[in-house]
Amino acid sequence: MSTAAVFDDPFIPAGAGAAAPAIPLAEIAPWAVLGALLATVLLYFVSTEQGAFALFDGMYVHEFVHDARHLLGFPCH
Amino acid sequence: MTGALLWRGMLAGMVGALLSALFALAFAEPQIDRAIAFEASHAAPAHHAMPGMAAPPVEEELVSRATQKGAGLFTAMLLYGAAVGGLFALVFAYGYGRAGPLGPRTVALLLALAAFVVIALVPALKYPPTPPAVGQHETVRLRTAAFFGMIALSLFAAIGSLWLRRQWRGQRDAITVFLLACGSYVLLVAIAQATLPVIDEVPADFPATVLWQFRLASIGAQAVLWLALGITFGSLAERCLLRGRRA
Repeated sequence: MSTAAVFDDPFIPAGAGAAAPAIPLAEIAPWAVLGALLATVLLYFVSTEQGAFALFDGMYVHEFVHDARHLLGFPCH
Repeated sequence: MTGALLWRGMLAGMVGALLSALFALAFAEPQIDRAIAFEASHAAPAHHAMPGMAAPPVEEELVSRATQKGAGLFTAMLLYGAAVGGLFALVFAYGYGRAGPLGPRTVALLLALAAFVVIALVPALKYPPTPPAVGQHETVRLRTAAFFGMIALSLFAAIGSLWLRRQWRGQRDAITVFLLACGSYVLLVAIAQATLPVIDEVPADFPATVLWQFRLASIGAQAVLWLALGITFGSLAERCLLRGRRA
């Protein structure tokens, strides 16, 4: 019996040895914490600053990212 | 390996964001201009004023429309792309090799499709993106909380369905289990959408075609971003993993 294959790019093990298919969690964890923190800050300024909340006075950030905010579906004003 | 993937994710996210911003410039910006013209023709109530402040008689332009469409749009999209691209790479780093022996380009593509549905499409079904002149300033906090709540519930529903799929695996054939997991996601999302507050602030005389075109372009821009991110990241990750093998 044969099966159709569309997704046939070869699997390349990512772990240390040939027997380790995945990246160990202990290696991912510090990157995940750092990445999540940085991403949260960036996403906050693009999506929410000077909208529902404001760390800085004025509306400059809001007006500068205005179009992307509407486009990405974030409540703008 | 994770660090190398993280950089590539941010890069792929910025590639996706650049294409998405170009798509938006062509298809969404004309609708935003029409919405702003509608707002101006209606002697707008203080949409841009902060609560408690008196509305200025003539609204001064803090940032010009040209900057909003150009540097503003591209900067914001690139920051967004870098952020979601980084998070995408972290999820890939966790899922790759744990979700069966699928190749990196396949995993990246399927993950991007899933992310588009879970993060962009499903929240937009409940709270569709709105052009300027739609939405009252007084409700921005409620709308923001509801929108982020919808994204969070959609993510939880997806994670819950993946968990259910793992519980059911082996009891039926894979395609049946996959469809059951998809069905449970739809059911969980339906419950979440029925529970969250209804928000309908479209002015009665707002042109329906502008609203439809803007929403279509907006969801299209998200699709471009996620697809370009997934395809670009898949190729970058494949090369990265091959180099890791040889080293």
